[in-house]
Amino acid sequence: MIPRIYIPGDSGALALGAEKVAKAIAGELAERGIEAKIVRNGSRGAYFLEPMVEVATANGRVAYGPVKPSDVKSLFDGGFLTGGHHKRWLGSPDKIPFFAKQTRLTFARCGVTDPLSLESYKKHGGLNGLTNALALTPADIVAQVTESGLRGRGGAGFPTGIKWKTVLDTAGDRKYIVCNADEGDSGTFADRMIMEGDPFVLIEGMTIAGIATGATKGFVYVRSEYPHAVAVMNKAVEVARKAGVLGASVLGSPYAFDMEIRVGAGAYVCGEETALLDSLEGKRGMVRAKPPLPAHKGLFGKPTVINNVISLASVPVIMDKGAAFYKDFGMGRSRGTIPIQIAGNVKYAGLFEAAFGMTLGEIIDDIGGGTATGRPVKAVQVGGPLGAYFPRALFDTPFDYEAFAAKDGLIGHAGIVVFDDTADMLKQARFAMEFCAIESCGKCTPCRIGSTRGVETIDRIVAGIEPEKNLALVTDLCNTMKFGSLCALGGFTPYPVMSSITHFPDDFKPAPVRVAAE
Amino acid sequence: MTMQPASTEITSRTAAIIQEMKGLEGPLLPILHGIQEEFGHVPKDALPVIAEALNISRAEVHGVVSFYHDYRSHPAGRHVLKLCQAESCQSMGSDAIAAKLKQLLGIGFHETTRDGSVTLEPVYCLGLCACSPAAMLDGEVIGRLNDEKLDEIVAEVRS
Repeated sequence: MIPRIYIPGDSGALALGAEKVAKAIAGELAERGIEAKIVRNGSRGAYFLEPMVEVATANGRVAYGPVKPSDVKSLFDGGFLTGGHHKRWLGSPDKIPFFAKQTRLTFARCGVTDPLSLESYKKHGGLNGLTNALALTPADIVAQVTESGLRGRGGAGFPTGIKWKTVLDTAGDRKYIVCNADEGDSGTFADRMIMEGDPFVLIEGMTIAGIATGATKGFVYVRSEYPHAVAVMNKAVEVARKAGVLGASVLGSPYAFDMEIRVGAGAYVCGEETALLDSLEGKRGMVRAKPPLPAHKGLFGKPTVINNVISLASVPVIMDKGAAFYKDFGMGRSRGTIPIQIAGNVKYAGLFEAAFGMTLGEIIDDIGGGTATGRPVKAVQVGGPLGAYFPRALFDTPFDYEAFAAKDGLIGHAGIVVFDDTADMLKQARFAMEFCAIESCGKCTPCRIGSTRGVETIDRIVAGIEPEKNLALVTDLCNTMKFGSLCALGGFTPYPVMSSITHFPDDFKPAPVRVAAE
Repeated sequence: MTMQPASTEITSRTAAIIQEMKGLEGPLLPILHGIQEEFGHVPKDALPVIAEALNISRAEVHGVVSFYHDYRSHPAGRHVLKLCQAESCQSMGSDAIAAKLKQLLGIGFHETTRDGSVTLEPVYCLGLCACSPAAMLDGEVIGRLNDEKLDEIVAEVRS
């Protein structure tokens, strides 16, 4: 058997030098005249270990990381092709604590398999969900997804099964499945990882959604900032078509389903579902008023399921192992697992899939290992640019949709950005308003004008002009934006702003006082 | 600087791209991406050609082009450097990185160096939040930016 070497082609790993490592390994193989197969897998998500190179040995996979090009010669000298010892030796990836503590359902194959090999996908349980779904009626598939308790992983947390049922029950000569892969929230990269590391699971999930609702065409709307994900998805769709997973007869069944990958053009607001639909139609990405719901009148006015990447990618495991299996994980009304993305100023940054219910403190301190700079954690922003900043005092909050809402926060797409004690929360609050002003689609006044006025008012606080009066004004403005905006961009910008004001009042005191306090 | 192609040439090359994409459902964004790839920006002279082919007004085409951050009205430099300025990168000092880079290149965001070598742009998240601060140079990703990496980037864009 020729040795197999896994070197991630994931863009996070590439950003840390995986391409140079791959070249060095290929060069060393050629020089030593060794025949080996290099597989460009996805990342398992431990970015503090990337580039993490693995070799398949008689005793299973052995990992090495983080590997630098300069390590390659000594890796070969140390016999790494048979799992030999080296200063970068990590042993079996499954036993590395960061992975061992996880519950990998949606990301079970990510970083393990060859992303573009359908054989590899099937060998690791791929297509079982679709095969099971084909034996059921559409209504039964929808019932399974509903029963699993799966809720929208894009941030809104709406029950996926109910969305599907609405589309199934709505008559239409043509229906669509739209996958929202416009993952614009800072601190999130789960969609990118799964598209680059296990694209077939998304294709399988979308195909199941099509069969369940009577839709025959799917679109994946990927943001343009993700060129690697776009490339992998396009290749995977080709492979799936050739293998008959997509096409006029899905796996030989009477069902037809095909899909296209579409690329966004740098507008954050297109992550909002109705703006995304307008963008797909070739319009400005303007938010639509609801009703009508996309499930009734969505893409080109047809009944449309629009789901986040992770929601759709979680469907295959539900259809494979059953609703009860999936539902068994989690807490309260948050069922199953959630890929938590630990990012920013944190020691062990990466993707950690776990059942709902871990506390924020466990995630940041135990899994994340505190800050990268070694300074105390001051704040964590959960749920992207529209998520609240939580202080350490709220670290006992369990990761659960309702628990976060109760503390005036949100899980969003489950990204967590850690800040150390050098963070200036007034600056973060100002940025939230500024970002909203840059990205507002302009349709509703609270978002379009409110965000600009918000920046100006915070600037007056910075300048020491009537700080108390202006702080009250920002609070009032946030209230207007929260309740008066058409979508979550204007409606949720108050979360980072108000949480900064509420939890870090010292940062909003006039400049002389702030200096004196330090 | 890049020479601007003559308007007749723009018309014919635009028409060819439209021909290729016209059958898609909702073809406007794919067409605009194709045009930007072809010319490095979306030339003004391409807009009436698109409007005519898709049976929409020029104002509508202009509205779409101007809505999205990605579409350029003018050609960029030979290299395009996108520096992430979103929260995760902020937490790892992206402000200081941006200041240093602006100083090294002698330009601000949305500007191109006078020799046309590089255009500097802010970007709000590259999905590399587990290796912040991050950047993208001509589509290639770079993580954990530091002074040393900035010097390498500057040397590369100037060569």
